[in-house]
Amino acid sequence: MNKHYQLLIIGGGPAGLAAATTASEHGISCAVLDEQATPGGQIYRAIESIPDQRAKQLGSEYQRGKAIAAAFRKSDAEYYPETKVWSLNKDREVGILRQDKTRIISADQIIVASGAMERPVPFPGWTLPGVMQAGAGQILFKSAGVVPDNGVVLAGSGPLLLLLAWQYLHAGVEVKALLDVTPLGNHITAMPKFPRALLAHHYLTKGIGYQIELKRAGIPMLFAVSDLRAEGEGQCQRVCFKHSGKQKTIESELLLTHFGVIPHTWLTQAADCKHQWDNSQQCWRPEHDEWGNTTIDGILVAGDGAGINGARSAEHAGRLAGLEALQALKMISRDERDRLAVKDRKWMRDERHIRPFLEKYYQIPKSLLATAEDKTIVCRCEEITAGEIRQAVRDGHDNTNQVKFFTRCGMGPCQGRQCSNAVAHIVADETLKPVEQMGHFRGRPPVAPLTLEQLASLKKEGVK
Amino acid sequence: MNSDVLIVGGGLMGSSIALQLAKRGCRCTVVEKDSPGRHSSGVSAGGLRLLNRDPAEIPLSVEASKMWRDIESLLDSDCDARFPGQIRVAENKADMDKLEQRAALVRSLGYQHEEIIGKKELYQLVPALAPHCVGALINRTDGYARPYHALTAFRRKAESLGVKYCSSTEVYAVAKEGEGWRVRTSQGTFNSDILVNCAGAWANNLSTMLDEAVPLTAKALMLMVTERLPHFVDPVMGAASRKLSFKQMQNGSLIIGGALVAKLDFKKEKTEIDWAQLAKSAETVVSFFPQLKDVRIVRAWAGIEAYMPDNIPVLSQSQTYSNAYHAFGFSAHGFQLSPVIGRVMSQLILDGRSELPIEPFHISRFN
Repeated sequence: MNKHYQLLIIGGGPAGLAAATTASEHGISCAVLDEQATPGGQIYRAIESIPDQRAKQLGSEYQRGKAIAAAFRKSDAEYYPETKVWSLNKDREVGILRQDKTRIISADQIIVASGAMERPVPFPGWTLPGVMQAGAGQILFKSAGVVPDNGVVLAGSGPLLLLLAWQYLHAGVEVKALLDVTPLGNHITAMPKFPRALLAHHYLTKGIGYQIELKRAGIPMLFAVSDLRAEGEGQCQRVCFKHSGKQKTIESELLLTHFGVIPHTWLTQAADCKHQWDNSQQCWRPEHDEWGNTTIDGILVAGDGAGINGARSAEHAGRLAGLEALQALKMISRDERDRLAVKDRKWMRDERHIRPFLEKYYQIPKSLLATAEDKTIVCRCEEITAGEIRQAVRDGHDNTNQVKFFTRCGMGPCQGRQCSNAVAHIVADETLKPVEQMGHFRGRPPVAPLTLEQLASLKKEGVK
Repeated sequence: MNSDVLIVGGGLMGSSIALQLAKRGCRCTVVEKDSPGRHSSGVSAGGLRLLNRDPAEIPLSVEASKMWRDIESLLDSDCDARFPGQIRVAENKADMDKLEQRAALVRSLGYQHEEIIGKKELYQLVPALAPHCVGALINRTDGYARPYHALTAFRRKAESLGVKYCSSTEVYAVAKEGEGWRVRTSQGTFNSDILVNCAGAWANNLSTMLDEAVPLTAKALMLMVTERLPHFVDPVMGAASRKLSFKQMQNGSLIIGGALVAKLDFKKEKTEIDWAQLAKSAETVVSFFPQLKDVRIVRAWAGIEAYMPDNIPVLSQSQTYSNAYHAFGFSAHGFQLSPVIGRVMSQLILDGRSELPIEPFHISRFN
């Protein structure tokens, strides 16, 4: 590994791989840093080694990853798997942890392709063992073929929930119920966005196809579910909720939830890139132009880390950011960049036709985002409840960072990843102000925890 | 808005002074350019340390130590204060000589609070310590509290006594008007009889407006904190000859500091962690507590603080205007002093003199 690269790419998902493949065609020094052991990111996890049978169960979208990973393997880009990035600053210095050693390297251009994470939504019982995010279920399935053997209840909102139900159906898992918390009102508010969504009808037909198959298989699908909670003694034993005005209970030791995904913004926040609240996606994302340029010179974003647009769009955005980095490095001219970008720009626009509809349709209701029940734990690391947060607001700590100072909410090992948005929503709810005025937690490095010994190993020569 | 006293800076010192003045019937307004405790007051390590004070500070610090013991009667909150003592560890004979000299100096001033302890007692107090240490200097009454909680307690108590806080209120200009002051801010104009400068790292802006600029340096001090651990150490740990400040907080996490300075863009108020320095600090911690090598650091940050060239604060009446006062420049060890600063400054302002000696802190020393 060099101390300095012309281009560093953080993340080995579709955006990072496509960016690296494109950029390394032009003879620059380029490296990809990724936490995982093999290329693919979350979406194409284990794509190179997965048995055919399981790949089929995961569906055709998943299998697209094969070609992307193969092209990347053929490229000249250096590849550093199992490498954690724990800091990034505006001078484009990158703190990394690899084989238990830390060092700081730098680059002229950096593409942050950090991807997405599941939106954490605190609800009563969400911290019980046996309640997990659907993504965790997917990781186990993709990487090890592990599926639940005593059945599962799926609850939440968004396309992934449907996909996971379909994947489990094909893997022979008993899906006891699919509880959709999307309010009925969303169907109406999303309608104006529907005509444009027809331009990306393959997504719609796929979604409808999944639903039909699930229905045929006899899986109970309940819509407009509210008051979701998990209950049990030291372990999830039952899932309780309201449906059509009635209180209902399903016995289950496993509840997988999914409330959509949000960008992984911790690195761009650390680098002090400007972020904006995206009302449609209900999350913060880094400001960027069509090429991925953020407000910090030489730092670009691509893929879901820049705003949620899905895996295919990420691939196009990765190539565009790769071309822009080459242009900034004076390896190609602006004209060449524009010429090479024509197809990806068009495809990316086409891909995004579906988004406004999806975002409206799957908008998470405020009652879930700003949990009303005081006893619900919001910060898992420091065990801070919604009630304590609301009390802190009533005591005059009226923005997210003051609430953090006072309650320690967001100060644990997860660095606020799990509670940052929930706190903002609760504070907004309590102060009756828009959530975008609440700000996000000031990022405190390291972005990923380091041990004292790992930090002590920091090689000094990398530091300017 | 009119008040008797306008305090610039809503940190610990401004709040402590406002509280004491309000107790004596003054109408006070605190203007704060950010939110109260946004900088060093809210993000410090929270050490309550009388140990190793500058001799000039000892009388104030001794009194502050008493006040912290009974902080609840002042603030209606215990600020989560604990008093397990503070220790400076000697790693060799030279360290031990240095600490013994220090203890002798403190005794010669008539104080008994700094004691030398030998190896045996050191390891009884801190069994987890690496075996190479030879002794220590200790103050058994020292401890720590939670800074933002303390700041909040001061502020809320002051507010309950009628003190008015104005956040996001930056002072642009001050002018004499009759016997008092007219202060132009980002949120309008304030009038008051008396002006108090508690603006911390930004105090020199106001000093300059009062025609008495001071050699103040703003520095950003770094701290890092680890994940929570089972309880394993009581006293706050320092070292005689290495940069170390280390304590296990109430919730089990370790706070590691030691006067390490981050990169600072003062104009933009942006700090950036200097990892090479924190790496050295991590190495120091592991050399004193090898069993901590696999403990995870979860956060590092830096707070912007005012330093004076002699590392002691400015506490005095202004030399240029008799109805202006200064209390700033605590040089990264003001937290423990905060309750007593309210007392001495309110006495200085209302009675013309304080019961404790504050002459060494006069602003005239920079003339």
